[in-house]
Formats: sequence, C-alpha cells, structure tokens
Amino acid sequence: MIRRQRLAAGVCALLAALAAGMAFPGAAEADETQPSAPKVELVLDVSGSMRTQDIDGGSRMAAAKQAFDEVLDATPQEVQLGIRTLGANYRGNDRQEGCKDTAQLYPVGALNRTDAKTAVATLQPTGWTPIGPALLKAADDLNGGSGTRRIVLITDGEDTCQPLDPCEVAREIAAKGVGMTIDTLGLVPDARTRDQLSCIADATGGTYTDVRHKEELSGRVGQLVHRAADPVVTPVATEGAGQCTDAPQLKSGLFTDRAAFGQQRWYKVSVEPGQELRASVSVADDRAVNPGYGVLLRAVTQSGREIVRGEAAGTGRTDVVSTGLRYPKPASDDDNAPAETVCLQVSHSFSAAAGVKTTPGLPLELTVDVVDGPSGHHDVASFGLGRGWWLLGALVVIGFAAGLLWGWLSRWRVAVWRTN
Amino acid sequence: MRATRVLSAALLALGLAAGPAAADSSPSPSPTASPDGSAPTQAGTSFRTATEMKQGQPATASGSTGDYLYWSFPADVGQRPTVKATVKLPQAHGAQTWQLDVYDGLRRRQACQYGADPRTAAQDASQVELACVLRTVRGWAEPSANDPLPGTYYVRLTVVDLGATDLGQPVSAEVRVDSKDIGGAGAVDGSLGRPLVPGIAVTSGEKTDGAKTAVLSSFGKNDGWSSGWWSDRWVWTGIGAVLAALAGIGGYALTRGSGRPSRVPPGV
Repeated sequence: MIRRQRLAAGVCALLAALAAGMAFPGAAEADETQPSAPKVELVLDVSGSMRTQDIDGGSRMAAAKQAFDEVLDATPQEVQLGIRTLGANYRGNDRQEGCKDTAQLYPVGALNRTDAKTAVATLQPTGWTPIGPALLKAADDLNGGSGTRRIVLITDGEDTCQPLDPCEVAREIAAKGVGMTIDTLGLVPDARTRDQLSCIADATGGTYTDVRHKEELSGRVGQLVHRAADPVVTPVATEGAGQCTDAPQLKSGLFTDRAAFGQQRWYKVSVEPGQELRASVSVADDRAVNPGYGVLLRAVTQSGREIVRGEAAGTGRTDVVSTGLRYPKPASDDDNAPAETVCLQVSHSFSAAAGVKTTPGLPLELTVDVVDGPSGHHDVASFGLGRGWWLLGALVVIGFAAGLLWGWLSRWRVAVWRTN
Repeated sequence: MRATRVLSAALLALGLAAGPAAADSSPSPSPTASPDGSAPTQAGTSFRTATEMKQGQPATASGSTGDYLYWSFPADVGQRPTVKATVKLPQAHGAQTWQLDVYDGLRRRQACQYGADPRTAAQDASQVELACVLRTVRGWAEPSANDPLPGTYYVRLTVVDLGATDLGQPVSAEVRVDSKDIGGAGAVDGSLGRPLVPGIAVTSGEKTDGAKTAVLSSFGKNDGWSSGWWSDRWVWTGIGAVLAALAGIGGYALTRGSGRPSRVPPGV
C-alpha cells in the first residue's frame, strides 16, 4: 500500500511540476495581487559607523552591499521584497532631525532586481541610528495582506534615539500585527548592541545573528528571505474573555491572542457526541522573565466541572511553554443528543523580570481540532490475542492435557462398548 | 503416521521461522515528509514553522547560537523513537549547555527514558551530541495521561545556558530520528479515531486540488498510518494454536500406545 502511495505521490508531483512549468508566467503575474504573498523588508543601517573597515578587510558598508546583491539575485519569485534605510540622509548633529532619518529605498512589491541593486549601490554611510522609528515605519510598509511578514534588521550599533526603546517598539509591532517577525543581524557588535538586537529578536519570535564575515551576512540574510517564502499557516486573531460565559466560540483552527501576566483567558468550543476535542496552547515569553514558569490549559464544563487538564512547567531559557489536552466525548445512542459546549481556560505563570514593561500581554497561540473520536475499532490486544513464551507454554500444556484426556475417554468408551 | 509427523514438524518449523520475519514486516508508517524526498537542510523556528522530516533521514540546519530550531517527524504505534542531534560549535566559545526537547502532536513535552539531554559542551569543544529515547508509542491512552500517541512529534534544539558573548555565533546542527519496533509487546486495548496530527480537522475537510497550501502538519494526509489490526501477536497466537494442536495429538497418541495392540487378532 505504501509503495502504491509513493508511486501515486510521484505521479502527482510530476503532474504538478508540469503544470507549474506551463503556468509559470501566469503564476508570476498572479503573485503581485495575491493577498497571501509573503512580504519581507530589509532594514539597513547606513549610519556613519558603517565606514569602519573590519569585515574581511573591507568596510561594513561594502560587506552589506555585496550581501544585498547576492540576496537580491537569489530572492524567490513569490516574495515581495522592500528595502528601508536608517541614517542614510541626514549629516547634521541635531538629534531631533537625525532620529527622523529613515527612508524607503525600494518599495515592498514584486522585485525588479536591477532597480533594487542600483538603489543599494548609491548608499553612503552618513548619519544616526534611529532603529525604533525605522522599525515602526517598516511595519507600516508591510501592512496589508494575510501572508507572513518579516523584517530583517541589519545594523552595527545600538539605537541612538532613546527614550524610544526599540525593544518595546518591536513588541508593540508584534502585538498589533499577526505573523510579524523581526530578525536582527549585528555587524561586529559590542555588548550593548548585542543585548538590544537579541531583545528585539526575542520580542517577535525572531532570531539574532552575530556577523563577523561577509559570507555569514549574505548566507544568513538569504536564509531569512527564503524562510519567509515557505508557506505557513497564519493564525487567526481572537480575544479570550475573563469568564466562560463571555468567551468567543472557536472552531477547528489556529488562533492567536495575548495573555497578560496573571490573566486568565477563556474560549468556548462545541463538541458533538462521538467527537474528540484536541487543544494545545503555547505561551511565548517575548521579554525578560523570571526563571520558573508554567502554563495551564483546562477543559471545563459550563457548570464549572473540570473534564481534563494539560499543564507544563519549566525553568531557564525558553521561547515558549506549551501544553495540550484531549477530550473524547462518548458517542450517544440518541441521534438528537445536543453538542456540548466545552470551556477552555488558559493561564500562565510567567512573571516579568524587574524593570520590564508588562503590557501588552504575552503572545499566546492556540490550536483547536475537533475530530472524530475512537469509533470502536480497537487494536489487537482487545481481539484477545496474546504473545510471549508463557502463552505458548500454556497452550502446549493445555493442548497436551486435552489430548491425553480425549485419548483416555475414547479408550474407556471403546472398552465399555466392547464389554457390552 | 510418520508422514503426518514430518508434516507437523515442518509446519512447526515454518511457523517459528516465519514468526519473527512476519513481525518485522509490519507496515511501516513513515508517511512522506518532504514531497521531493530529499533531506531537509533547514529548520523552523517555532511549532508553526517546524520543518518536516522523515524517520531514518538526517536533517541538517545552520543557525545561530540562541536560535530555537524545530523539526517534526511522524511516529506510529509500536515504535520507540530515538532522537539524536549533533551540534557543530564555532571555533572559539565558552562552555554552553544544549538541550533537546521532544513534544507530541498536542505540544506536550515528552519525557526521555534515557539519553544525553541536556549536555554541556566544554569551552572550545568542537561539537556536542545529544540523544533522547522516547517511550513506546501506544495506540491509546486515557485523556488525562500523557503517554506518547501516534502522530506528529516536534523536536526542539536550543542552547539553554551560554555566555553573553556566544550569542548569535554560527552553528550547524544535524538531527536524526530512528525507531525501534517494539511490536505487539506495546499493544494496548484501544485506538485513536485520528492520529495526533495538528490541524488534521482542517486538512481532512479540504479538497486536495494539488495546490501548495500551508498546513500545520502534513503527515498522514492520505492515510499512511498503520490500521492497527496487524501485530506480531497474530503470529504468537497462531504458533500457540498449532503447538497446542500438536501437543493434543501427541497426548492422544500416548494413550493409544504404538500402533495396533498385539492381543487384537487381525481382521477384527
């Protein structure tokens, strides 16, 4: 069966490849209007410090330009790519002005490689490092559409435009938009830059990379752009309630929400008799939290009785803490038996580290699957089948005893018949 | 009489020989993970984006120290998966601790029976090797238990303890999952309606029109899971029945003595 399946899969793949080959020009055009096309914005620091000559003998700017050229060449067709600069235009010393200096170098859309490369080639290291404002603008650039959205921030220094903390900016961006990730790359970073960039990455579930060589930069940026092109299920935003009666009704799917520290979130799911409810929840720590955390997911009846719970706890470095539960509702003989409304309660025990803002709440991901429950077909153990040497021994001994008994019985019967 | 003895001995030998062979040939689940069949060369960064891999196929990925690398693989009833990971570390680094976590299709963390996990790499060690042997995947468990059930499993590989200067350094990782087939020894009375594959309620309702749609987990879309009726218990029970029958014949024959009694005159 497996082999036949492989064959069928192969034929399907071949057909799909042929179809894709024939439909290629059309598909490329369709991508421009597709609302689910993945969007990526590369945000490049063009501040004065990018002149420093410490990446493989060349300047940081030269390394960045070379990496951009390579990445632009290898960008997948379906990705809508944009480029934004920070600190590229204002040469002065006025902090107010310098911190507004972020510009869109190439708009997010279908990529024209020549135009994009020409635009990158003109860049000269110039001004300040307004990371926070640049991230806010980049988030606006990526607005709209339902596909994945990714900001790739490449910088060599920390933000020079306090008090706007880019880390908090990143968290707010993630809280506003669904499926937004910020990946950061630090060019020969110092300790403070590294802390800030890894904080930005953690705030959105992105990654932080420390770059010291040219090929590391182009390889990593290319990898991030390709990652954006992979089709990913986009979660649906929902808002859990403080108690079950007000909770939103969920169907099978993937949902996202925010749960503040010490807050409970309630959701409702309707389960027919004979169906099985499966729910799992992940709570991510997008900021510095104290070690020691947990998450609790409870399935509760409307009258408040707990049906089943899933719980998880941990300590130390983590991205999420997650748990899940299963609730098979027994089948009913009555065809008109009503569906049961199951309340799902989510709570987590993260606590914010000292000096960390507690709003917005932590990102929460909830998957709900309502599937057919076990339908009475059981596995071999319940057929009464056994295994092991004791089974064989028992059968042999019983068989032998039965044979012996039968033999004696028949001899005795023959003897009785003969004497009669 | 002699002919039947020879025949039964041959049957017995055949049964014994066929037993293990038949047990080994139980249907392998491993549904197609990547459509082109090639080993994955990158990893996801969350449950949602985990890269799908097959059992017995090494998956590689490059990343940065501090990344959370996710893969997913299918495991079926009667398998005892072993996850092994090798992380190649950069040339110069401080001591750091790496950890391998395995989660089931409900994102519940699964305990390792044994294995090296987590493990600390000494300063400037070139690589660190981790392993996790899971419990045997059962056909069914109480809802309140967290026994491993057939479905998707997630592997998360990350560094849990490191010096600040080591963050973001380039590392490469290789992960491989192999299973030992436990067979009927792990059989329990029951089975799931559908395997624990996240999003299966959504994907099973969709029509397969060949379009590349995003799914949480694509394992076992077109069946591919063992139906649960086959087990080496059939072989054990079968051999047991044959042996019992032979023993019965033997016992019966014993009461009859060897051949015709001498006191019975011929022609009766």
